[in-house]
Amino acid sequence: MPDPILKTEGLNSFYGDFQALFDLDIHVEEGEVLAIIGANGAGKTTLMRSITGLLKNGANEVSYRNEPIGHLRADQIASKGLALVPEGRQLFPSLSVEENLLIGGRVGRPGPWNLKTVCELFPILDERRNVPSTALSGGQQQMVAIGRALMSNPDLLLFDEISLGLAPVIIKTIYDALPGIVGEGMSAVIVEQDISKALAFSSRVYCLQEGRVSLEGASSTVSRDDISRAYFGVE
Amino acid sequence: MEWVNAILQGTLLGGLYALFAAGLSLIFGVMRLVNIAHGDLIVLAAYLGLTVTSTIGVHPLLALAIVVPAMALIGYVLQRGILNFTLGDDLLPPLLVTFGLSVILQNALLEVYTADPQKMNAGALETASIPVGDLAVGVLPLLTFAFAIAVIAALQFVFYRTALGRAFRAVSDNQDIAQLMGLNRRHIFGLAMALALAVTAIAGILLGIRTSFDPSSGGGRLIFGFEAVIIGGLGNLWGTLAGGVILGVAQNIGAQINPGWQLLAGHLAFLVVLAIRPRGLFPRISG
Ligand SMILES: Nc1ncnc2c1ncn2[C@@H]1O[C@H](COP(=O)(O)OP(=O)(O)O)[C@@H](O)[C@H]1O
Ligand SMILES: [Mg+2]
Repeated sequence: MPDPILKTEGLNSFYGDFQALFDLDIHVEEGEVLAIIGANGAGKTTLMRSITGLLKNGANEVSYRNEPIGHLRADQIASKGLALVPEGRQLFPSLSVEENLLIGGRVGRPGPWNLKTVCELFPILDERRNVPSTALSGGQQQMVAIGRALMSNPDLLLFDEISLGLAPVIIKTIYDALPGIVGEGMSAVIVEQDISKALAFSSRVYCLQEGRVSLEGASSTVSRDDISRAYFGVE
Repeated sequence: MEWVNAILQGTLLGGLYALFAAGLSLIFGVMRLVNIAHGDLIVLAAYLGLTVTSTIGVHPLLALAIVVPAMALIGYVLQRGILNFTLGDDLLPPLLVTFGLSVILQNALLEVYTADPQKMNAGALETASIPVGDLAVGVLPLLTFAFAIAVIAALQFVFYRTALGRAFRAVSDNQDIAQLMGLNRRHIFGLAMALALAVTAIAGILLGIRTSFDPSSGGGRLIFGFEAVIIGGLGNLWGTLAGGVILGVAQNIGAQINPGWQLLAGHLAFLVVLAIRPRGLFPRISG
C-alpha cells in the first residue's frame, strides 16, 4: 500500500490551556475521499486548523507526504498543495468575487484550475465576478470559497462543513459538483454534520468525539448503530 | 482678496498634510497599527535628505531618489524586526512600542544632528511663484499639492488594482484566511510599512524644503496627519486628501483672523468634524 498523503501521529491541539484534540492518529490515503463526522465541539474544525497550520503543533504530529509539517506556518503548508474550504466560508469582504478567486491562485501551483475552469464549474460566479463577495447568497459564497481553494490547485483539499446553513437545493448543487472536483486525482477530506452525505461521498470515515477518534471504518460498511454510539458516546 | 488667498494657500498646504497622513492611514488600514512615531519618521526623512544634499550636493528633490528607498528599507526592517511582534488582539502594545520608538528617534536625531533648527536649500524653487489674477501662487506649494495627488492616486492604484493591494486588503480582512492563501502576513505587513515610509520620505523632504525642522518637530506632524486622516474618514485615501485640505484651510483662515489662532483653528475644525461625523466625512462604505 502506498504511503498516505497526510498523517497525524499523537496530535494534541490546544487553545491556551484548553486541550481540544488528544493523541489523535488519522491518515488520508492518496486519491481517497475521507469523511470526518462528529457532534458539535468534537474537534473537527480544530483538526482542520492543525493540519493547515493555523494552529501550531509539534513538527512530527502532522506529516504531509512523509514530511513533518506540524510546525510550519499556514502559508508554507498551502504552498505544498494543501487547501481548506473553511467553516462559515470566510470570504474576504473587501474583495470582489473575482479577487477572492485570484487570491486563491496566488500560491501559483500548476494544474487544471484557473479563473476560467472555476467559472465553468460554477457559472453563476462568472456572472457575478465583479460584485463584492458580501453581496452573494450563502450558496454562491460557498461556491466562491470552494473555487478559491481550487485556484491553488491543491493535491489535498479539506472541506469544513460546506453544507452548514445552506438550503437543501443548494447543498445538492454543491455536492453534485464534488465528483468533478475530486475526480482529478485530488485527495479530499469532508467534514460534515450530515452523516448520509458524508458516507455517500467518501470511501472511509472517522468519527470524532471530544477530541478523540471514536470510530474508524469503510463508509460502505459502518452501521448506523456504530455511528450513533461513536457520535454521542452512549453505550 | 486676502481671504481667497488664505483659502488657496490653505488648500495647497493641505497637500502636505495629506502626505503626512497617507502613510498613517495605510498602516492603520492594513494592520490596525497606530504609529505614534510617524511624525518622527517624517523628520528622520527630512534629516536623511539634509545629509544627502549636503554630502553629495544634489538638489533636495533629487535626494528623493535615495531617501525614498532608504525609508522603505527602514520601514520593512522596522516592521519585521520589531512591530510585527507587537501586533495582536490588543491595541495597546503597538501604541506603547511606537511611543518608545518616537522617544528613541528624537534622542538619536538630537545626538547626531543637535537641536539646531535645519532647513534644506532648494534654491530658486523656494521663492518662485506663478501670478494668478491678483494672487501669487508659490511653485513649491503647488508642487507639493501635485505630489500629494500623485501619491494618493498611486496608492489608490496599488490598493485596488494590483496583486499587492489585493494582498493588503485580504490580510486586513482576515489574517488567518489570508495566510491559508499562501500570504505570509509578516512579509505583507513589512511591505505595507515600506510603502508607508516611502510616502513619509516624500513628506519629509517637502517639509524640510518648506520650513525649518529640529528633532522635536515630529509630534506636530503626527497630529496634523492624524487629524487629516480622521477628518477625511478612516480607510479612505481621497478622503485623507480632503481632510488635509480642510485642516490647511482652517489653519490659514484662523491665521488670517489672528496670527495666533492658526493651530487652534485647525484643531477646532477637527473637533467640529469629529462631533458632527464621528467616522469622518468620507468613511469607507464597507465598514
Ligand atoms: N478559538 C477557540 N478558543 C477556545 N476554545 C475553542 C476555540 N475554538 C474551538 N474551541 C473549543 O474546542 C473544542 C472543539 O471545537 P471545534 O474544533 O470547533 O469543534 P467542531 O468543529 O467539531 O464543532 C470545543 O470544545 C470548542 O469549544
Ligand atoms: Mg466545526
